[in-house]
Amino acid sequence: MNTLPKLIFELSREGKIGCGLNEADVPGEPVIDAALLRRDPADLPQVSEVEVVRHYMALAALNYSVDAGFYPLGSCTMKYNPKINEKLAAAEELQAHPYAPHDLVQGNLEIMARLEEWLVELTGLAGFTLAPAAGAHGEFTGMLIVRKYLKEMGDARKVVLIPDSAHGTNPASAHFAGYDVKEIASSASGTIGLAELRPHLTPDVAALMMTNPNTLGIFESDIVAIAEALHANGSLLYMDGANFNALLGSVRPGDLGVDVMHLNLHKTFATPHGGGGPGSGPVGVAARLLPFLPVPRVRKSGEGYEVVYDDPHSIGRVKNFYGQFLVIVRALAYLMALGRENVGRVAEDAVLNANYVRKRLEGLLDLPYKAPSLHEVVFSDSGLPVKTLDIAKRLLDYGFHPFTIYFPLIVHGAMMIEPTESESKETLDEFIAVMETIVREARENPELLRQAPTRTPVRRLDETLAARKPVLRWRKGQGA
Amino acid sequence: MRYLPLTDAEREEMRKVIGVSDVRELFSCMPSAQCRPPLDTLPRALSEPELAAAFKEFGRRNSFSGFLSFLGAGAYSHFIPEVVSYLSAKGEFLTPYTPYQPEVSQGSLQAIFEYQTMMAMLTGLDVANASLYDGATAAAEAVLLAVRRSGRKRVLLAGSLHPEYAAVIRTYAQNLPIELATVAVDEKSGRVDAVDLRAKLNDSIAAVLFQSPNFLGVVEDGGGIAAAAHECKAICVQVVAEAMSLAYLVPPGEAGVDMAVGEAQSFGLPLGFGGPYLGFMTVREEFMRQMPGRLVGQTRDLDGKRGYVLTLSTREQHIKREKATSNICSNEAWCAMRAGMYLAVMGKAGLARAARTCHLNAAYFARMAARMKTIRVVYPGNFYNEVLIEVKTGSAAQRAAALKKKGILAGVPLSWFADSQKERLLLAFSEMHDRAAIDRLLSALGEAS
Ligand SMILES: Cc1ncc(COP(=O)(O)O)c(C=O)c1O
Repeated sequence: MNTLPKLIFELSREGKIGCGLNEADVPGEPVIDAALLRRDPADLPQVSEVEVVRHYMALAALNYSVDAGFYPLGSCTMKYNPKINEKLAAAEELQAHPYAPHDLVQGNLEIMARLEEWLVELTGLAGFTLAPAAGAHGEFTGMLIVRKYLKEMGDARKVVLIPDSAHGTNPASAHFAGYDVKEIASSASGTIGLAELRPHLTPDVAALMMTNPNTLGIFESDIVAIAEALHANGSLLYMDGANFNALLGSVRPGDLGVDVMHLNLHKTFATPHGGGGPGSGPVGVAARLLPFLPVPRVRKSGEGYEVVYDDPHSIGRVKNFYGQFLVIVRALAYLMALGRENVGRVAEDAVLNANYVRKRLEGLLDLPYKAPSLHEVVFSDSGLPVKTLDIAKRLLDYGFHPFTIYFPLIVHGAMMIEPTESESKETLDEFIAVMETIVREARENPELLRQAPTRTPVRRLDETLAARKPVLRWRKGQGA
Repeated sequence: MRYLPLTDAEREEMRKVIGVSDVRELFSCMPSAQCRPPLDTLPRALSEPELAAAFKEFGRRNSFSGFLSFLGAGAYSHFIPEVVSYLSAKGEFLTPYTPYQPEVSQGSLQAIFEYQTMMAMLTGLDVANASLYDGATAAAEAVLLAVRRSGRKRVLLAGSLHPEYAAVIRTYAQNLPIELATVAVDEKSGRVDAVDLRAKLNDSIAAVLFQSPNFLGVVEDGGGIAAAAHECKAICVQVVAEAMSLAYLVPPGEAGVDMAVGEAQSFGLPLGFGGPYLGFMTVREEFMRQMPGRLVGQTRDLDGKRGYVLTLSTREQHIKREKATSNICSNEAWCAMRAGMYLAVMGKAGLARAARTCHLNAAYFARMAARMKTIRVVYPGNFYNEVLIEVKTGSAAQRAAALKKKGILAGVPLSWFADSQKERLLLAFSEMHDRAAIDRLLSALGEAS
């Protein structure tokens, strides 16, 4: 049985050094009360440089990644992350201190302004803040904007409506913005139409948070009428733009009546997910909500750019400094590489790939919602002798990362497949062939799937044990 | 287009399989009136060399590089070993998603588990989470945690908290049943005013948040603040904006503090014009199940082999939705892994050395500056790596501007944050400086008066 790499602490030996720093060259002693000083240095590992490299190389070998292969994780848009963007983001000339005087960082301010221009053009909204650190942070920022706006209009209202197919961050974000959440059941076709909305549209509704295309990969085609109904009720339309990859160049949320939306630069705009972040979640708003955007705001001023820190109506500051600047750099680089010629192509290929997978797997797996798919398709494990989890784990044995499982919650045993535009037909065909094999195995030898994976560095892990007796850190003397 | 692998022939073949003659048919679900907006105002596609040139040009419009910098105030320039950049850039770390499938994510999971351990060691507390967005949002999450856990509504914020952190906390709390009050700073010591703290503490207080080293550069008496807070059963939270200080000063946990939150950008992340950085949260075990964000825990696989998984997820939004401890989903995982790499290669001795050098450089400056007639070192003892000075004539902003003409970014004028602080300039020192650099600053400071 091959074992996993030791923990870095288990490699530690007294006296080993990995760091190449000199001692200070200034004369003199500390000027601080000795009682404030740490008595012993923190018990960090003592390892040489080469051992650090080998350790992390061994860890790297245990990870699956987009660079390694197909990663059809629905709702996450695991597209290829262009390599030049990493080089651009690492450039010395961009690594300014966030408090450097503005005249010395005009290039960086321009990068932010340029990305904002792109996002405005692509969404049809009036302006964006680039401050939020991820999608959920963008939702929270957006709901604060909704609330501040309504409050200044005279009534902040109490309720935010959220479809039952929504991502968990939507209700959580609305809650932390001070709203009560009311869930709306999706229609039989998996969408929210006027019929679903109407009964809930009371005078205390501040907004509807709608994901479009929704988490089933279906376009919310009543959106224009829904926006009108909301506006007539004095409510706003928030759009979760996590799935904007499907809309790029095809339709602009601002033209559909959306008032506020967030984008995920770490999804649609090809910035790497980094094993869970950093992301960036810019928020765009319609013109009447511009004054409420968080500070700071970068603004054109004469030939250059300036930064506005005070805005009387602003919701305030949501993050330290300017936001996830180096993520912003990568997203802008991606868009500049695509150019107007290719942004629309991205959505077209993403939608084509998803529909191709859908068509090829339709006969094999249960498709609970049959409305046309955009960038992703959601199957169910109904009718199979095994669970979605088992299929996902078996995919690992065949060298593919599984799709998103058990989300959205309205689908039994959801398998949410988002191929993205980055995949070749050859890869899709291989994936489809593997899915066919797995479904055959499920019928002939379901136990094989329940035992999967067997070809990965570890087998299924005991999550109950992890949660029942949490071990969240290593301690000296703790065995392997 | 180089990022799109499909050929026209393949597209054609796929359309046939799907049963459409034009890919636009797949978009017919969209309202035709709004479909296909004109994109002609957008720039044309750039080739790879053109793209590189365009970013060179952005870089050329930045002109900070030649300057000797003493800027800090929440973002710090530190040495980054090459190993950290090399390892963290590997696609295996950079291009996976959140480790939802642990069998093929042990690399990320173990790296984060190691990072959690290192942060717990540095703060002297029991457990760390897998990261939060940044120091300011981590401070805001600490406020939410304290209010949720205690059932109390009022939170005391030290007046010496980073003003942007205080601003973010106010933003987060603006619609929630949370009352924020400020504890005064004692002008003489630069520390939390113990009398005001005691006066404001009572049984309705959920938590006291203080920053140490604080925004004036002064190291607080964490033990004293914690003791006062605990008398009223309030939770004591230390905010740390300069994580390097954790390697030099009494760890928060040892001082008696219940939670430490803050910014760990100093651990191997470039200045990057302010982000992405690394928010951290470490707590005593009793607060573990109230923590926001991801946690990596150790477990066993079916063969009994040690492995790691995301755990205690019933706290989180994907399960609890509006009842979750936080709305956070994606965090700063890569930054956390990078910090782990940094701490591994710096190691026990290396980090201690870097942390001590930061202080010695600041101490050297403060001693020499104290001899100058035109400035005053406001708090000549009990600082870590930041020194607050006061100019005796004119404003700090003017003085900083004069030094800028000499190629030095001498520090952050506090007038940016409060009009009343016109004469004050906050200077940060690190192991990136040497005696020659500090001497150059000192002589320029002398001339600029
Ligand atoms: C539909 C949807 N909304 C919101 C989010 C939250 O985004 P983030 O993880 O960047 O906070 C996600 C992704 O996880 C998502 O898929």
